[in-house]
Parts: sequence; structure tokens; C-alpha cells
Amino acid sequence: MRDLIRRYGTGLSTIICLLTAFWLVMLVIVPNMTLFEQSFRPYLPVAEIGGPRDVYSLSNYGKVLEGSVERSLFGIGFTIPVRVLTFTLTIWYSIVVTVICFLLAYPLAYYMAKIANPRALPTLILLLFVPLWVSEVLRAFAWWIILALKGPLNSLLLFIGAIEKPVRWIADYDAVMIGLVYTYVLFMIFPIYNAISSLDRNQIEAAEDLGAPWWRIHWRIVLPHAKPGIASGSVIVFMLSAGSLLVPSVLKSPNSQWFTETINETFNDALDWNTASAYAFLLLILCTLFVTLAMWVFRVKLSDIAK
Amino acid sequence: MVAMSAGIDLENVTCDFGPFRAVDAANVSIKPGEFFSFLGPSGCGKTTILRMISGFIEPTAGSIRIGGKDMRGQRPNQRPTALIFQNLALFPLMPIWENIAFGLEVRGVDKATRRKTAEDLLALVDLPDAADKMVSQLSGGQKQRVAIARALAVEPQVMLLDEPLSALDLKLRQHMRAELRAIQKRTGVTFIYITHDQGEALAMSDRVGVMSQGRIQQIADPRDIYNSPINGFVASFVGENNIFTGKVENPSQGMASFSTPHGTFRARLGDVGSGGVQARLYVRPEHTLLMAAPGPENSIPVTVAEVSFEGNFVAVHAVSDSGAKLMAEVRNDGSATLPAVGDRMHMAFDAGRAAILPDAATKG
Ligand SMILES: Nc1ncnc2c1ncn2[C@@H]1O[C@H](COP(=O)(O)OP(=O)(O)OP(=O)(O)O)[C@@H](O)[C@H]1O
Ligand SMILES: [Mg+2]
Repeated sequence: MRDLIRRYGTGLSTIICLLTAFWLVMLVIVPNMTLFEQSFRPYLPVAEIGGPRDVYSLSNYGKVLEGSVERSLFGIGFTIPVRVLTFTLTIWYSIVVTVICFLLAYPLAYYMAKIANPRALPTLILLLFVPLWVSEVLRAFAWWIILALKGPLNSLLLFIGAIEKPVRWIADYDAVMIGLVYTYVLFMIFPIYNAISSLDRNQIEAAEDLGAPWWRIHWRIVLPHAKPGIASGSVIVFMLSAGSLLVPSVLKSPNSQWFTETINETFNDALDWNTASAYAFLLLILCTLFVTLAMWVFRVKLSDIAK
Repeated sequence: MVAMSAGIDLENVTCDFGPFRAVDAANVSIKPGEFFSFLGPSGCGKTTILRMISGFIEPTAGSIRIGGKDMRGQRPNQRPTALIFQNLALFPLMPIWENIAFGLEVRGVDKATRRKTAEDLLALVDLPDAADKMVSQLSGGQKQRVAIARALAVEPQVMLLDEPLSALDLKLRQHMRAELRAIQKRTGVTFIYITHDQGEALAMSDRVGVMSQGRIQQIADPRDIYNSPINGFVASFVGENNIFTGKVENPSQGMASFSTPHGTFRARLGDVGSGGVQARLYVRPEHTLLMAAPGPENSIPVTVAEVSFEGNFVAVHAVSDSGAKLMAEVRNDGSATLPAVGDRMHMAFDAGRAAILPDAATKG
């Protein structure tokens, strides 16, 4: 604080502090608190708001358990509340997206950090960023076109003879996952790239000199060193995927439903802000719990991620 | 802990980085169990030679044999060498014992045996009780020992050490010198040691190869390197000299006269080639005598310019009447009275102690 005043003077420091406070209070805390408060109140006609029926309860949260569907997994049939199913699938496919992002990002990040010619690196990074110049909506629709049954991807694959008849890419969650991986893989590459860059090349060479084959060098030296980067990349990709609305709605198939879509439908179609808020907070809380659990399982500390 | 050791032969080993020749036709045969040092100034190609032997760089030309086997195309993990890096490159995320046992883990040795070997090696390098510590908990000298233990664990036939002591302070460095030498004797492994510190090379090695600008200038045991340097580069890199520039006259039986603006001296004649070659006369300060009266040969009248006390000896700097700057070292054993600044004296040297040498062998 004193540092800030010394550097920018009292006037400017006050303005900086006020702006930060405004951003935090007005744009983050107040709206969220409002929704949080609303999520405990019933959805009522305008006339009854503030009336005797407007009392706090957990009933909005309870609505996730309403309405059941039948499913079977490994040949075992069971019934499950439909929103719980949506939620579970959202989490599951977000995990899959995170894992795919990691599998794509790690080799690329390693290549960038340790193999690529340092002079070619700026160009490489620029190329990676080019897709970000296009808006997310356009990118999602671009994939929708590419993946269409009579789209360019199928034409290409048919042409080179890799497939015999067109593949229905926009089926189940396939297209959603492709879109999410494409949109968020960069958030995995850069933390891992940063982590691997800081690894002393001599350690890799020392391991090789002691007889280690390449996979063991990665398993014992590079991966452990990159763990904080992998952890922060995974948290970001997982949270963004689970919270993404645009990609799942554009690339959806008849039988894919993302939990954010459920929230959105409740907000916009049913206009039930109270229940929608409850769902949104459930998503936030459960995702946070899940990430915390994953970090505990993989022995990652919060301070590692912040590095 | 007796490992097999292997000899190493470099035959015309050359390494180019683009147009730049870092190592130029190196030839040397290192015997099994020998402690061999490469000595040379920064940038002369020492590390490059070591990296070629360990397999991280392929020579542009020439061949490397370890234990008689040609190493071309063998990756570092296939060679019977272990490299100790200049910055040690210990693995900071593993405890000490896993660091040491890493080479065994790679070879599929079971955990109990690995642990046992690590502890044995820690005892060998005089560092018991460190097995479960982390790298960051050790001092510089202790890390040094762990690096040695880690390299020894794979029972290499050849140990390659790249200036391993340069990061340590003077006292520790002297201690580790003795330690390294002892470990080498105990294990019998061939050591190839790189340093730019002449004292280190002379004190530890069986033989020394002195390098300059990618070329090996001379390979000999430490005494010969110091007492009979083959050229001016070796003479001046290893130790101090009084140097005269001049012309060789009437060479005979390994001796010659050398005429300089400061007088004509007799000295041993090195391999200066035939006629007209630039040569210089080198004589060590400790072989330069300081006398009140002119000596029998190679004597120069001087005026004392500075007397500096160095502890075990006193360095007397003087200027000859003809303008040459000379230095003599007088032992601080009370046997001689020390001169004072401004004294008129004579400096002289034995013809057998002085050598007429060519400049360094260079590229071409
Ligand atoms: N990968 C490389 N590409 C280009 N030039 C290199 C490379 N590695 C080394 N060199 C050059 O080769 C020469 C020898 O380098 P080397 O590292 O062998 O020197 P050194 O004798 O070990 O020096 P030091 O005592 O400073 O470690 C140097 O001039 C260096 O600039
Ligand atoms: Mg070096």
C-alpha cells in the first residue's frame, strides 16, 4: 500500500483503490450475492414477492432431484434424476476434455520448451494464438460446419479413403468435446510450457546419461517438474469446460445436454431465476469440491498452482 | 565396489559448430584407471570434448573408442560413462537416496537393493545419514559428493567430470580435490577431469592435456607439463614466466644462444622449427635468481621496483637497465636478506632452466 502511494502519489492511488473496490463489490460480490440470496426464495408472481409465501428454503436446490430417467451402465439398469444425470455427464465429459487437452498439450509444450529452436518460438506461439482472434461463436460454428455429415471433414476422409461412409460426428457428446478441446487447449499448453521451460536441460541429460529411456525421463523428471503447470492447466480447462454454455449449445446433438444449458433454460425459457440461481451455485460448489478432491488425490497444493 | 575401468581413445576427433571449429583433431589415449585432466582457458573446447565422449554430441570427424569399442551412434544411455555436470544437475524432487539410485531404478533393480546400494555409496563418499534428505538441504560440498555417488552407482567404466569443483570455495575445493583423488584410487575407475585451474590439474592428475582454441597442445604428466612445456602457450598458461623475445643463434645439442635487446642468453632449445620462426625464451620466476654480483651466465643488471610479500615466498619485481620487466621469487625461509625498492641487483638464470619455445600450435 505504501509502495503504491510512493509510486503513484496519493491521488492516483486512491483512484486505483476505488476502482478495484468498485470492480470487486459492484461487479462481482453484489450480483453474486443477489443471486445467492434469490436462490433460497421461491419463484412467485410479482404481486406475492415480499408476501407471506416469500420465505427462505432449500426447495430450489431440491429440484435437481425431480424427474427420473432410466439408464443402464455396464448392463445394470437404474433410474436417476434427469438433472443429476446431466450434471454427472457434464462433469464426466469435462474430465475427458481435460485429459484430452493434457494429452495434446504436453508433447507440444515439451517441444516448445525444450526442442524447438528458440528463434522459431515467437512465430510458433503467434500461430497458436491466431485462432483466438476469431470470436468463440464463430469458432464453434466453424466446427459445426466442419463436422457436419456432408461437411469438409467427412469429404476429406472419404477422399483419402480413411472412411467408407460419412461419420456422424455431431452425435452424443462427440462434437461438444471436440469443440471444447479446441477452445480450451491453449489454457493447458501455456502453464505446462512455463513449467517445463524452467526445467534445467542438464537434468534431462543427466537422466539420459544414467541410462534412462525417454519415457522414464518424462515420468520421473519432466512430469514431476511440470506438475504445478499441469495442475493449473487442468483446473482452468475443467472449470471452463464445465461452465461453458456456448460450445455445448452450438455443437449439441439431439442427445447431449450440458448442465449450463439446463441453467440457461431455467433462466431464459422458464424465467425461474430462483431455481436457475440454485442450479448455478450447485454447479459452482460441486465443481470446486471436485477440483479440491482431485488436487488432494494428486497431492497438488494451492500454492503450487499460483506459481 | 570395484568397477571395471576402460581406456579411451580419441582419434582425430573434430567438432564443428557451423563454420566454427570447437575441437580440432584431438588425439589422445587414456589408459584404464588413469586420472586424466583436460586443462585450458574458457571456451577452448573442453566441455565439447567431454560431451562427445559421453555421447551428447557426435564428432564431426574422427572416432572415439571406449574400452576398444567404437562409440559412433551410441546414445549417452548406451555408453559405459557417467558424466558429472558443471552444475551437478541433481534431481531436486527426489530424496538423496533416490537420486543416487536413479541409475539402478532405470536398470530395474528392486527397491531394497537400491536403497542398500545408495547407503553404501553414501558411506563411500563420507556422507552417511543423508539418504532421506532433500537436495536443497545439503551444502555445496555435500551435493558434490551426492553427484559423485550418483555417477558411481551405475558402475561406470569411465567418469567424466566437468569442472565439478568450480562452484566451491577455496578451502572446500582443496579438500574435495584430495577426496576425489582418493575415491578414484579406491574405485579404480578411469577419471576424465576438466578444469581451467592449473593447480587442480597438476595436483590431481596422472596426466594432463593442455588445450587452447580447440587444439590439444601437450599431453604429459604434471611435472613435464610444468618443467618442460612444449610451447609458449603451455608455459604461460601453467605458471608464471619471465619472457624474452629474440632470435635463435648457433643451435647445438639441444641448446642455443638467444639474442635479445636485453642481452644474449643460453637456453634449452625447444621445437621451434627451422629459421625465422617467432620464438620466445621462457624462464620461471622461481628459477630466476636474485644476486648482488653478476652471475656466471645469463645475468642481467636490474633495479628493484617492487617487493611484494606473498606469504610462503616474496615476489621481487625489477626493471633491467634495458627496460625489461622481470620477476624473481625468493623463498621466505630466512636464508636470504630481502632487497629494498631501488636497490641495484643482478638477476640470472641457469641455461638448463630456461627454454626457447615456439608460440602455441594453432589451426591449420
Ligand atoms: N552448441 C553450440 N553451438 C555453437 N557453438 C558452441 C556450442 N557449444 C559450444 N560452442 C562453442 O565452442 C567453443 C568451446 O565451447 P566449450 O563449451 O567446449 O568450452 P569450454 O572449454 O568448456 O569452456 P568453459 O571453461 O567456459 O566451460 C566455445 O567457443 C563455444 O562458444
Ligand atoms: Mg565448459
